[in-house]
Amino acid sequence: MTFLQATILVFVGAGGTCVVATRDPLRQAMVASLFGILLGILFFVLQAPDVALSEIVVGAVALPLMILLSLAKIRGGDR
Amino acid sequence: MTIRVRRVVFLIGVGLLAVMLARSVGALPHFGAYRGPYGDVVSRASVSERHITDVVTAVNFDFRGFDTLGEEFIFFAAVLGVALILRPQTDEGVGHVIDCATGRAVPPTSDAVRVLGLGLTPPTVLFGIYVVVHGHLTPGGGFQGGVILATGVLLIYLAGEFDDLHGLYSDSALERAEAVGAAGFIGLGLLGVIAGSVFLDNVLPLGRTGSVFSAGMVPLINLSVGLEIAAGLVLLLTTFLRQTIVLRRIESPARRP
Repeated sequence: MTFLQATILVFVGAGGTCVVATRDPLRQAMVASLFGILLGILFFVLQAPDVALSEIVVGAVALPLMILLSLAKIRGGDR
Repeated sequence: MTIRVRRVVFLIGVGLLAVMLARSVGALPHFGAYRGPYGDVVSRASVSERHITDVVTAVNFDFRGFDTLGEEFIFFAAVLGVALILRPQTDEGVGHVIDCATGRAVPPTSDAVRVLGLGLTPPTVLFGIYVVVHGHLTPGGGFQGGVILATGVLLIYLAGEFDDLHGLYSDSALERAEAVGAAGFIGLGLLGVIAGSVFLDNVLPLGRTGSVFSAGMVPLINLSVGLEIAAGLVLLLTTFLRQTIVLRRIESPARRP
């Protein structure tokens, strides 16, 4: 394992913990998005660019967006 | 069950789990070591037998194309489910947003955001098409490229208003595009059956390795998957955005005095 891989692994571990530790769903969506980017970097560093691309588009863009839109509907849509 | 007993049961369970975890982690192969023969075989076969330089695409769209067909229809069913659940109800209508925080106006979208969003849209769409078309040569493919294409459309919403986005296309066109993409995958699979082989067999000419028009059916399957994913995701986002921005609960006429 190279130094770069070890560093990113530590970051991913810390990022995952942050996602769990964030209790407010709105903030959690943004933290989860950052975590998706971190995971994408990890996959890229581990020479899996295909999976990295999928992770970035789904984990960092599509998933947080769905959460944000759902929250917007639940919290303020009907008032 | 008292708290004491519960704690004992919990500790026994955690202890057992810790022992098993430690044993399993100890028995893992070393970091980066690869023992399975399948990956090496596929790495060689994908270039020599299918003229595909991206091995992941070779596995996804050729060697195990049937699984990918199933995965694509998971997405298709998900979009269908969201469209069904979030369809406009009889007691919902077009209404205006009422601000929760009164006493201050919502700032309009700044020119910088508009210029950036609209300026980024063409390169994003172009990049999405590139990722779809070069799926068999470089990392990427229909799934990734399709999502990038949908992101390009979403940038229009971020740069302006929902109406700007919704004026660009009609829902039925999106639905048709999604259906054509999903049916295209099956149609391409049936080519193999028509040619006298099995479903999803790569029956088209393989071409020269490294050229865009190579690898037989794989680029065509990528195109149809890209169309389906892009249309499906835009449909998904439109449905969500309409629910969030446009539709409001209105009193149904029956309940009015």
